[in-house]
Amino acid sequence: MTVLVVAEHDNKTLRPATLNAVTAAKALGEVTVLVAGQGCGAVADAAAKIQGVAKVVKVEAAHLEHQTAEAMAPLVAKLADGRSHVLATATTFGKNLMPRAAALLDVQQISDVSAIEGPDTFQRPIYAGNAIQTVRSKDAIKVLTVRQTAFDPAASEGGSAAVETAPATDDPGLSTFVGQELTKSERPELTAARVVISGGRGMQSGDNFKLIEAVADKLGAAVGASRAAVDAGFVPNDYQVGQTGKVVAPELYVAVGISGAIQHLAGMKDSKVIVAINKDEEAPIFQVADYGLVDDLFKALPALAAELSK
Amino acid sequence: MKILVAVKRVIDANVKVRVKQDGSGVETANVKMAMNPFCEIAVEEGVRMREAGSATEMIAVSIGPAVAQETVRTALAMGADRGIVVEADAALEPLAVAKILKAIAEKEKPDLILMGKQAVDGDNNQTGQMLSALLGWSQGTFASKIKVDGGKATVTREVDGGLETVALKMPAVVTTDLRLNQPRYASLPNIMKAKKKPIEMLKPDALGVDTTPRLETIKVAEPAKRQAGVKVADVAELVAKLRTEAKVIP
Repeated sequence: MTVLVVAEHDNKTLRPATLNAVTAAKALGEVTVLVAGQGCGAVADAAAKIQGVAKVVKVEAAHLEHQTAEAMAPLVAKLADGRSHVLATATTFGKNLMPRAAALLDVQQISDVSAIEGPDTFQRPIYAGNAIQTVRSKDAIKVLTVRQTAFDPAASEGGSAAVETAPATDDPGLSTFVGQELTKSERPELTAARVVISGGRGMQSGDNFKLIEAVADKLGAAVGASRAAVDAGFVPNDYQVGQTGKVVAPELYVAVGISGAIQHLAGMKDSKVIVAINKDEEAPIFQVADYGLVDDLFKALPALAAELSK
Repeated sequence: MKILVAVKRVIDANVKVRVKQDGSGVETANVKMAMNPFCEIAVEEGVRMREAGSATEMIAVSIGPAVAQETVRTALAMGADRGIVVEADAALEPLAVAKILKAIAEKEKPDLILMGKQAVDGDNNQTGQMLSALLGWSQGTFASKIKVDGGKATVTREVDGGLETVALKMPAVVTTDLRLNQPRYASLPNIMKAKKKPIEMLKPDALGVDTTPRLETIKVAEPAKRQAGVKVADVAELVAKLRTEAKVIP
């Protein structure tokens, strides 16, 4: 059994999400990591140090610089030949790329795997996590995206895999990268943070998220949001926690002014400890919260920041 | 420009789904069904292009049971010109759906295919990417903005770090994210008008597509349930409990 993991990176640094996919891959067989890009030698070296990685395949070409799905999928499909599994983490990168590669391989991908029961049998959440489906794949190659929060990150140091270079597949010339607007933040990454504090419609404005940020500073927390808060324009789209946004499972999740629609719960209910602050004591969020505080958030948040300073 | 929009009939997103006692799936009998919310956004985007004059025709296609006609009818009421239903007895996997859509695309020759980024039943997020691969077209997934101009589509995508913009060679497959638009409700006159719009009924076999499942569902189970905890009186008690009982903060 040999497993290919597609690394996620920006040509300079390896994204931590790759480490979770390596852990899942180790449960299935010998792990090869694909680092495809342009000028991505440092990333390949970092991948070689991940504990449990047997080999790194580095592929460089100008048309792979931005790792568009159109350019990457034929390469992933080619390198999948002879392997038992191909994996990536179910980030927007993995979600964009892997189904395209799976279709080229004529394979029915299994998305968002939350547990591995055997080489061909996997669990995954469906219906916003309201049901867990166990499926067995009959395809010769299994193509999977794995849920980041369901697998611990592999140690990023301690490995010493060989780095091989392989040729790129042709540039399909279908799409070009135009630009990006990335949210800049000094805070920890939402999906990897130990503490997450999220705001909902109850925050009433983007400006009021300062109250959340003040508490986040005290806790070293990442800041998230419900769909309602993103749709209302309070915060950027990459803050969204939920069924169709990011899935988080921190040690502590604090939901502020969030009613707790099933779509939001789908993205955070695996958190270890959940705190809900909401003035509506009937809000469904209290049904999943370990600690509930029925209070006006505009009073509670400043009080919380002050209390945490004590 | 000709647009094809794919729509799926799913359990209404506001319904709390129940797992069947025998673990074979979820309860769908007597459950309210609706168009997948992401598909509504795709239809809305197509209708806006149609209204702006950049699209000359818009076809709505659904793959599912015969009753998926209702979902196509909704798309027609929102503004699509005609419909296609590919009747499948069993629920199909994304790869099979992509193959059917490929066959439809080869027949209809659209310049742009719009679809939701995921259906809220299977939560797979695969079909658009697979269809694009099978057609050898470009793909713009998780779109929050689409601009079509001179044989090129410029798509802004919602990605984990923020937003990314790509330029796609046409024809292209674009999948919609939540912030692309706010779908309209069909007006009563438009609902009446939609009843007269044509819907073509097809079968996967007639399109030459093999829909044999690749995955076997072993079981469908309820997730582990969380128990509601305690209510605290004030912020001081909350912080004390987090420090000494839950021990999640120093």
